[in-house]
Amino acid sequence: MIEVKNVSKWYGDFHVLKDCSTSVAKGQVVVICGPSGSGKSTLIKCINGLEPFQKGAIAVNGTSVGDPATNLSKLRSRIGMVFQNFELFPHMTVIRNIMLAQVKVLGRTEAEAEERAMKLLTRVGLVDQAAKHPAQLSGGQQQRVAIARALAMDPIAMLFDEPTSALDPEMINEVLDVMVALAEDGMTMMVVTHEMGFAKKVADRVIFMDEGHIVEDATTEDFFGTPRSERAQMFLSKILSH
Amino acid sequence: MFGGFDYAVLERALPLLWQGMLFTLQLTGLAICGGVFFGTLLALMRLSPFRPVSFFAASYVNFFRSLPLILVIFWFYFLVPKMLGWPIGGFYSVLIAFVMFEAAYYCEIIRAGIQSVTRAQVHAGSALGLTYGQTMRLIILPQAFRNMLPVLLTQSIIMFQDTSLVYVVGLKDFLTTADLIANRDNRPVELFIFAAVVYFVLCLIGSTSARRLQRTYAI
Repeated sequence: MIEVKNVSKWYGDFHVLKDCSTSVAKGQVVVICGPSGSGKSTLIKCINGLEPFQKGAIAVNGTSVGDPATNLSKLRSRIGMVFQNFELFPHMTVIRNIMLAQVKVLGRTEAEAEERAMKLLTRVGLVDQAAKHPAQLSGGQQQRVAIARALAMDPIAMLFDEPTSALDPEMINEVLDVMVALAEDGMTMMVVTHEMGFAKKVADRVIFMDEGHIVEDATTEDFFGTPRSERAQMFLSKILSH
Repeated sequence: MFGGFDYAVLERALPLLWQGMLFTLQLTGLAICGGVFFGTLLALMRLSPFRPVSFFAASYVNFFRSLPLILVIFWFYFLVPKMLGWPIGGFYSVLIAFVMFEAAYYCEIIRAGIQSVTRAQVHAGSALGLTYGQTMRLIILPQAFRNMLPVLLTQSIIMFQDTSLVYVVGLKDFLTTADLIANRDNRPVELFIFAAVVYFVLCLIGSTSARRLQRTYAI
C-alpha cells in the first residue's frame, strides 16, 4: 500500500532524511518512534506530499507521490492525516469541520456529508458536541474530531503525526482508544508516537529513526524483545523506564 | 464667535451637503471593495513561491507606498485620460486612483493577516484534498480577515477621511461642497464646524463598530 524507496530530503544544507526505505502493507499498523529531530514527522509528511523530497520515490496504492504529473490533492483526499496540534478549522463548527472536504472534494451533498459526520461523531463519542466550535472542546475531544474529519473522506490509509503529544495525560487514552479501535477494524496506519503501550497493543511493526536514518524496522515482538541497534536499546530504556 | 452661529445656513445647505456625502460614501465604499479585492490578489502574489510574481507584487506595493496620495490623484485625473485619449470622468479617475493606491496598503495588511494563520492550517486543508485555492478561500482567508479586521477597518476609516483630497481636482465630495457653500454664503465657521462634526461622528461610529465586530468575530 505504501512504498518508501531510498528517500532523501534536505532543508537547505540540513540533511533531514537519509536514504529511508520501508513499506506498509494493506491493513498493517506501523509505529514510527525516535528522538525528536530524527525526521519521523518529516517522513510521514512526505508520504502524502505535504513535504517535498529531493531523492528517492514514494508510492501510495501505486501512485507516485513525487511525480509532478500526480494529482496530489486527489491522492491526499484518500489518505487521512491527523496532526499533533489537531489543526481543526477554528472558524467552523465541529460538524462543518467534518463536512467541508466531503462536500468540496468528494462532491457529496450537504445532507450526505452531515449524515456521515454525525455517524463518525457518534463513533468517536462526541455527537453532542457537533454544533460547538473547536475552541470550546478539550484537546482530547479536538483530536477525536480531527480523526473523525479524516475518516469522513473514507481514506485507504491514515497517517498520525504525534497525535497525543500535545495532550494532557488524562486525555491521551480517549484518543488512543479511538486509534486502537481503528487499527482493529483493519485500517492501514502509520503512527508517529512515543506511546509504546499503543505500539505493543496494535502495531505490526515498529520503525526506529535517528538522525534521519531508519535505524530499525522490525516486527513489534522483535523490537520490544531485542532491538538490534544500540541506539534503539538506549531510546527504549529511557522511555520505558518510567 | 459662536453667538452668531447661524443654524439656518446649515439647514439650507443640507440638500447639497447630502449630495456631497453620497459622493464621499460611494467613493469610499467602492474604493474599499476594489482596494481589498486587489489587495488580496497582491498579497497572494507577494506570498507566491514563484519569484517573478512576488517580485512584481512587491514592486507595485513599494512604488505606490512611496508616492503621496495627492500625486496619484493628480496623475489619474490629468494624465490617464490624456494617455488613454478619451475622458473617463472625474469620479472614475479618482476611484481608480484610490483603488490602486489603497490596494498597496491593504496588500500589506492582508499579507500580515495571512501570515498570522499557521502553516499547519494550510497543511490540514491540503491533507484533506482541498486544492491550494480552496484552502486559501475556505480556511486561510476567513481566519486571516478575522485577525486583521481591526487594522483593515482602521485603514478604511483613514481612507474615508482621505477621500476629501479629491478637493484638489474640484470634485464635489462632502468637504468640497461644504467649502463651496462656505464661500458662496460667506459662512465658513458654520460649515467647517459642521463638516468636522460629521467626519468625527462617522469615524467614531466606524471605530466603535470595528471594536464590536472584532469581539463578535474573534476566534
